[in-house]
Amino acid sequence: MLTGMKDRVRIAAGQGFWGDLPEAPVRQVEGGAIDYLMLDYLAEVTMSIMQKQKARDAKAGYARDFVTLMKEILPTCMERDVKVVANAGGVNVRGCAVAVAEVAYELGLMGKLKIGIVSGDDILDRLDDFLARGIELRNMDTGEALHTVRDRIQSANAYLGAAPIVEALSKGVQVVITGRATDTGLTLAPLIHEFGWAVDDWDKLAAGTIAGHIIECGAQCSGGNCQYDWQSIPDLANVGFPIAEASADSTFVITKHENTGGRVNLPSVKEQLVYEMGDPHEYITPDCVADFTTIQLTEDGPDRVRVSGIKGRPATDSLKVSISYSAGYKAVGTLVYSWPDAYRKAEAADKILRARLQRMGLSFDQILTEYVGANATHGPLAGEPSPDLAEVQLRVGVRGNDRAAIEKFTKEIAPLILTGPPGVTGFAGGRPKVEEVVAYWPALIPKSEITASVKFLNV
Amino acid sequence: MKVGLTRIAHARSGDKGDTANVGLIALRDEFYPLLVREVTSARVKEHFRGICQGEVERFELPNLGALNFLLHQSLGGGGTLSLMTDAQGKTFSTALLRMQIDIDDEEALRLGLTAEN
Repeated sequence: MLTGMKDRVRIAAGQGFWGDLPEAPVRQVEGGAIDYLMLDYLAEVTMSIMQKQKARDAKAGYARDFVTLMKEILPTCMERDVKVVANAGGVNVRGCAVAVAEVAYELGLMGKLKIGIVSGDDILDRLDDFLARGIELRNMDTGEALHTVRDRIQSANAYLGAAPIVEALSKGVQVVITGRATDTGLTLAPLIHEFGWAVDDWDKLAAGTIAGHIIECGAQCSGGNCQYDWQSIPDLANVGFPIAEASADSTFVITKHENTGGRVNLPSVKEQLVYEMGDPHEYITPDCVADFTTIQLTEDGPDRVRVSGIKGRPATDSLKVSISYSAGYKAVGTLVYSWPDAYRKAEAADKILRARLQRMGLSFDQILTEYVGANATHGPLAGEPSPDLAEVQLRVGVRGNDRAAIEKFTKEIAPLILTGPPGVTGFAGGRPKVEEVVAYWPALIPKSEITASVKFLNV
Repeated sequence: MKVGLTRIAHARSGDKGDTANVGLIALRDEFYPLLVREVTSARVKEHFRGICQGEVERFELPNLGALNFLLHQSLGGGGTLSLMTDAQGKTFSTALLRMQIDIDDEEALRLGLTAEN
């Protein structure tokens, strides 16, 4: 080991998604010793929202929440030397960095803060060039060609891996802001940087990747949404977000701060490991291919689970691309029917509604009726609804390209109250809103096409 | 005797497009072989009849005492296209736990599983 290198690095997860508990990252920074705060802001369709924001205002297009958060925690992070790695930059990484720099000025941190800016993921302006050169960007799930949605595309980003974040960290930055980087890369990069792992040490890269996978959904590995013995999980009001405490040999412990609620044990970590899993033999990221069938878990004291034994394989030659495109409109209307015969009333109301929609000549790409309280989540597995149900929520959704048809649908829900079955309520929210549907198009691109850019902003 | 999966496993589910994934985890290590033997892809496909329109794939993770199922074409188009309450397949986990499996009495006794009241 090189002199001065840490033998243990603690990476804390602060957000499981854009909109997670606002106080969680603050508590991670203030609740005990950590070296890095990792923040994941980007869901698959988030980029399209950010492209729209940027189209309206050239200075926008990133996660504003991150800037608000930095205002609160940056002084403590600098005092305790906690580095922040966040994919908060959306489609305007530089704009996000400038906003954080402005906050730093306000806080009197001039001359002290260096921000790393990782971009190069945004390929929206390059799509036609790719298509012209035979890079097809076919839909990975359906095999469809991109030209079927070409004129409706709103955003297109390649998922960057850990490498450019490592490069930024190596230049001594306090904060790294990326655009579309993988969730796992945000955790792996600090480990590569701190431990000097080789770019082809696949087992170690796989271990860091799996550490990232475990903590990337925040408290979902530390007691939140945990089925195992859920009623005994203590103090979720004060739930501790996870911390990956990694060693240079690439084993790590999942834990949380002392005096926090929730629970880290074998079942809580196993549940998160299988979350959104595909083929466990090959969890593919830009950095490596991790094999989940090699993971060994052992309890290591209260709220500590040790993870070891992880094997990895060489990374592939491709990067995943996330494209979003406009796919019409949708609206969902609901009404609540009460006992007796709540389910039958809701069913009758649905028949009346559909007859009216048909008479109006409205057609949709999809129409779906669900009965919340009877079988909306488990469908036929829930069995025949009991006539004694206290209430059932009728929930009807429509989707299609004709906005006017969807608008007309939204005007047909409330009238059911005075013109349909009795014992109905739950319409206080007014007419359903028409929403634009932004769909997600996953594709692959050769790695050679994407060059990440690493820049710096000194405050 | 019949045993509900809730007595031998816990689960978590999620989505990838129109595919739901369900990770089924043995509550005790000694229950894992039972899951491998009884909770086959065919059994799961049949269980989710009317919900899963595509194939069911199964992967084994003996190291975690877990099985991973991929239920294709199950989420009404998936993501934002889906109109379902559970467009992300979050409750497929508990839906799978509704399954009942058959265990002979001797094996049940050995595993400490008594008849349900």
